[in-house]
Amino acid sequence: MSTLFSLTIEHMVLVLIAIAISAIIGVILGIICYWVLYLDKVILWVVDSLQTIPSLALLALLMIFFGLGNTTLIIGLILYSLLPIVRNTYIGLTGVPPHLKDAAKGMGMSKLQRMRKVELPLSFPLIFSGIKIATVTALSIAVIGVLIGSGGLGYPIYRGIQTMNFGAIIKGTLPVVIMAVIFDFLMSKVEYKLVKRAK
Amino acid sequence: MTYSEFLAKYSTDIWRAFFTHIELVLVSVGIGVIIAVPAGIFLSRHKGTAKYILSIAGVIQTIPGLVLLGIMLILMGIGKPPAIAALSLYAILPILRNTYTGILEVDGHCIEAARGIGMSGGQILFQVELPLAMPAIIGGLRLSTVYIISWATLAGMIGAGGLGDLIWTGLSTYETKFIVAGAVPAAVLALVANAVIGFFQHILTPRGLKLGR
Repeated sequence: MSTLFSLTIEHMVLVLIAIAISAIIGVILGIICYWVLYLDKVILWVVDSLQTIPSLALLALLMIFFGLGNTTLIIGLILYSLLPIVRNTYIGLTGVPPHLKDAAKGMGMSKLQRMRKVELPLSFPLIFSGIKIATVTALSIAVIGVLIGSGGLGYPIYRGIQTMNFGAIIKGTLPVVIMAVIFDFLMSKVEYKLVKRAK
Repeated sequence: MTYSEFLAKYSTDIWRAFFTHIELVLVSVGIGVIIAVPAGIFLSRHKGTAKYILSIAGVIQTIPGLVLLGIMLILMGIGKPPAIAALSLYAILPILRNTYTGILEVDGHCIEAARGIGMSGGQILFQVELPLAMPAIIGGLRLSTVYIISWATLAGMIGAGGLGDLIWTGLSTYETKFIVAGAVPAAVLALVANAVIGFFQHILTPRGLKLGR
């Protein structure tokens, strides 16, 4: 039981590391999409394609370059999580009411100041909802990590499949599903509060 | 062994894996459509039940693909049938949800107008609601297909064949050529399917809806 618990923690930590990095990269890419004309289509197409690539194929290809282990899984999860974060950042930034942007400009704010003090805070609820989608998806995809030699709950599940042990599969799966449901629930609550505050 | 030698030696295996993969995807998504579209229409007529069914389907969706394949392996043994059973289950939800919301989002005025010119319930469904919901339904189909192409790579693990088989061989023997031979066609297949279905989504959007946008 203690091992299942530590595997659950490991699973969660791997996903959270990946999501944290992906959020930073994703928001920056989203801002670039918003600032640089024409680049928005290119960046969105690339992150969309990344998510279209089958997860096992992506992880296996990454393994060729980064070897077996947790690093490869984290890199794969980062690439996989980019789409919802970049897209929501971009949609959020373009959706900021124009009169607020004009007011900020009129107050003499620079481009960076406007981004930091007006545009990013106003689009944060939407960015957060992108991070939520990415987190729930990543929790489920991280299970495949066992096939490229990384830790987490994929291990007991895979052992269960190999030994045809129904109970072991369920025992490995329940924490994944429960974590996904809990994260979805908690982050939806935060999202609701953010949206309410923004109004 | 260079890549050209590798290709010469294994090209038939790669093609076979490629077509098995497509077969798995087509059959599973086909079953998904046959179940999900009528179910979506049914749910749009029974909104009370819809809430429960959709949340149950949502929970099934959070179960990792590896697990469902593993469970089907234990229940049905090795081979294609258990893989198709698991993949079909996954294919249902996106299509079901999009059919349901697509029909609900049809403008009430259109349905009233259809009733006003004397259309029967069936006529309204087939000539008004379904065509107007078509972009959403195809959107669900697109999502399902991309998912299933991805999960089908895991089906190699339970002996269903397909491109996952090659990736699997590559991972377990640490032979990168097998990984590339499985992963690259799988990635291309997913990207092409996504683009092609996106094209159909555009074509099947009724002209009136395109003008409105």
